[in-house]
Amino acid sequence: MSVNHIVGASVPRKEGWDKVTGAARYVDDMVLPGMIYGATVRSTIPRGKIKKITFGPGVPWNEYVVVSAKDIPGKNCIALILDDQPCLASDSVNHPEEPILLLAHADRHKLRKAVDAIAIEYESLPPVHTIEESERKSNIIWGADNTFKNFLVEKGDVDGVWKDAAHIVEGEYFTGAQEQLYIENNGVIAAYDAGHGVTVWGSLQCPYYVHKALMALFALTEEKVRVVQMETGGAFGGKEEYPSMIAGHAALLAMKSGRPVKIIYDRMEDMVATTKRHPSRTRHRTAVSKDGKILGGEIEFTIDGGAYATLSSVVLSRGTIHAGGPYHWPNVRIRTKAVATNTPPHGAFRGFGAPQSLFAMERHMDRIAQVVGISPVEIRRRNFLKPGQTTTTEQTIRENIDLDRLLNRALELSDYAAKKKRFAEENKTSTRKKGIGLAAFLHGAGFTGSGERYLNSLVGVEATADGSVRVLVSSAEFGQGTNTVLCQIAAEALGLPYESVAIAQPDTTVVPNSGPTVASRTAMIVGKLVQSAAQGIKQTLTKTKLLSDGYTPQQFRDACKQSIATHGALKSLARYEAPADVFWDDEKYRGEAYAAFAWAVYVAEVTVDLTTYSVTVDDFVALQEVGKVMNPVLAAGQITGGVAQAIGFALYEKVIWQNGRMLNNQMTNYIMPTSVDLPPIRVVFEELGNVHGAHGAKGIGELPMDGPAPAIVNAVEDATGVRFCSIPLLPEDLLDALKPESLEQDVSSLARGSA
Amino acid sequence: MNPPLDKSAKCDVSFAVNGEAKKVLAYPMERLLDVLRNDLGLTGAKEGCGEGECGSCCVLLDGMLVNSCLIPVAQAKGTSIVTIEGMSAHALMKPLQEAFLECGGAQCGICTPGMILAAVHLLEKKPQPALADIREGLAGNLCRCTGYMQIFEAVAKAAQQRVVG
Repeated sequence: MSVNHIVGASVPRKEGWDKVTGAARYVDDMVLPGMIYGATVRSTIPRGKIKKITFGPGVPWNEYVVVSAKDIPGKNCIALILDDQPCLASDSVNHPEEPILLLAHADRHKLRKAVDAIAIEYESLPPVHTIEESERKSNIIWGADNTFKNFLVEKGDVDGVWKDAAHIVEGEYFTGAQEQLYIENNGVIAAYDAGHGVTVWGSLQCPYYVHKALMALFALTEEKVRVVQMETGGAFGGKEEYPSMIAGHAALLAMKSGRPVKIIYDRMEDMVATTKRHPSRTRHRTAVSKDGKILGGEIEFTIDGGAYATLSSVVLSRGTIHAGGPYHWPNVRIRTKAVATNTPPHGAFRGFGAPQSLFAMERHMDRIAQVVGISPVEIRRRNFLKPGQTTTTEQTIRENIDLDRLLNRALELSDYAAKKKRFAEENKTSTRKKGIGLAAFLHGAGFTGSGERYLNSLVGVEATADGSVRVLVSSAEFGQGTNTVLCQIAAEALGLPYESVAIAQPDTTVVPNSGPTVASRTAMIVGKLVQSAAQGIKQTLTKTKLLSDGYTPQQFRDACKQSIATHGALKSLARYEAPADVFWDDEKYRGEAYAAFAWAVYVAEVTVDLTTYSVTVDDFVALQEVGKVMNPVLAAGQITGGVAQAIGFALYEKVIWQNGRMLNNQMTNYIMPTSVDLPPIRVVFEELGNVHGAHGAKGIGELPMDGPAPAIVNAVEDATGVRFCSIPLLPEDLLDALKPESLEQDVSSLARGSA
Repeated sequence: MNPPLDKSAKCDVSFAVNGEAKKVLAYPMERLLDVLRNDLGLTGAKEGCGEGECGSCCVLLDGMLVNSCLIPVAQAKGTSIVTIEGMSAHALMKPLQEAFLECGGAQCGICTPGMILAAVHLLEKKPQPALADIREGLAGNLCRCTGYMQIFEAVAKAAQQRVVG
């Protein structure tokens, strides 16, 4: 392979061999000498005061290490944004499964019984479980008004549009909670000693988030906290903020016991206690012209944040900015809020608010099309954003994007027109109704607005005396390909083979803070910094005349060796610099929300079986423009995986709540797609290029989560003629909406026992 | 949290693991998965769900593909167990591993050892599987990262290699 073409080539995954041999080391595969095991005692009620804790009989309590909030040396909170979530509840609890006490024992089999033997008496307070109850404010459970955050986006004059509208189209849409369901549960190992402070090894996305949280919890300086990311078995946002909690717990037990402590959640604990996707409600009221042009509209977007603020404000922000979809709104008012309920806090999950508000937008577009009397294709075509126009936050589209062309290609690839016609004909005589639906959408890459400026990311690249190069970033690998893509970028920048570049294990004593591994920012933002840092090494070597253009890998090795012998360590750092033309107003929520957007049109083909009321997705076309595709195999894997997860979001994955607690916290009753459930997922990339990222890359990881759910429900409506506005859409929901009267009679006669 | 097991005393259990005779002292109801991982240090089998849904803990027990989280160690007495660590010499392993790398069949990697064992098991029974056979053969192994498409491709490719090679 030519070294000039490393970026854009499907080089093998850097840590791939370890993964296919079973040698890769995840946190539960690690054992430290003298290590003991930790467990968590959690609240059984959604809201109340803790009155009394009793350590029951039959357990030799002297064998156990017990930690309560009193053992916390620093501030009892999980430091993140508002610092409102305690690490351990001390006098009151605000959601079921809230951590109250921690136990540790050398025999892991002796923990369950001890946890069960602890009785906690509460004085219950009335809980709040839905967005509507929270809005009613008859019980204030957080702050002054149950509201974590509000945003208001205003563009143009919305109040002036209604009088000229040929149609006013209203709709209300709902999305449910969704579990990330990484196959490796949350887990950490912590060690403590007075001299070195706290060390944590864990399954996590953001080493420096955990680092910050532990500094606050233990009142330690930054060099007294060390966080190391182990191989991580899936994350999807579910290991963005929660690892700070479990790391704090293990570290408190380690401090008190003087021994390393491992806490690994089992599946039931992971599902019942950790974060999920925010449930949402979106209301649209849209003024449309006679020929289907959007004149303006009001969008109200509300998410359920659970009991503590955690990341809800940021999730809300992304949901707000994506609420208008890839369309031109001359006038718009978007009012959004995140409210409190007494459930475990909802958190980061791939897409981060955008899948929720885009589900509503893309269902609503089909609704508008019906009211206007044009096709779902045509309504989109007439309203697509074009270069030079502005988004809802008045960001001018400078990219050379052509959504019409993307739409045409997606329609062609899916054979949309012919199928639509054929299905309409065949459905007349079949109980297996077929339908086809589409969704057009966008996803902003990187942190919102001024976010990247605040992050101020730092990246390093170093070369050793034997000429090997190492990338130093806190960006974590958890399946998405961070290791591989960043090594590709460094190798290309240095003109070296891919094999000569390695990446350091994220360890806060070794790598600088390149920011969290979230927001589809790694390839675009961190990648660009890796490119600059790698070029810095090259410049150092050429400036000192140790290297001249057109060098061979051998000459590079020799130059490194000589440079290190003469000048010491050969390391180059690069810090984020905001592009000059990016302006964002946090107050008015106006301006350049993202440095770049990825764009997509997805088409889903479904069958609704009127005998079983099941929906199967038969074919799926995922067409997107994500800038430069750095590694086609890994990129396609991001899309197929995201589409699969979004098919689950639409059709399978339902969290059943009872008093704020997840009732179906098992893989047997919370159902994700298996290998027999998914259609062929056909992935197609368009490359138009983007000036911001390394080699013109944009974000990719979250995009595929946004479009499938509305495309599928649009297809279900096409098949059945019934307007479903809520996901997940399960067979029982279809039965309710579609059951023929004869079936109702059958059921009632069965109930009478006279069938 | 592991289930309490102290109702019964630990006992000796002997079996063969990856071709070697092993004797462990364990609670009779202790899960084979825990014994393999904690007592024998064979961490290639992973715990995903603990209830036989996800297949991450797959091992071969007397040639059968089983979820080791569902097998009490007492039940494994006298059997022959093969984990991913003991598979390296198997003729199907290298083609499968290479195809997984080339096609993108492994992302986070946590399901991969189980997935590869399931694929070996499938290809032993059906050397030239159709796509429907591959889907069916891997239906007991959940992957949250890939959407399975690249895993199907990898298994088909490994089967193809076998014909060519």
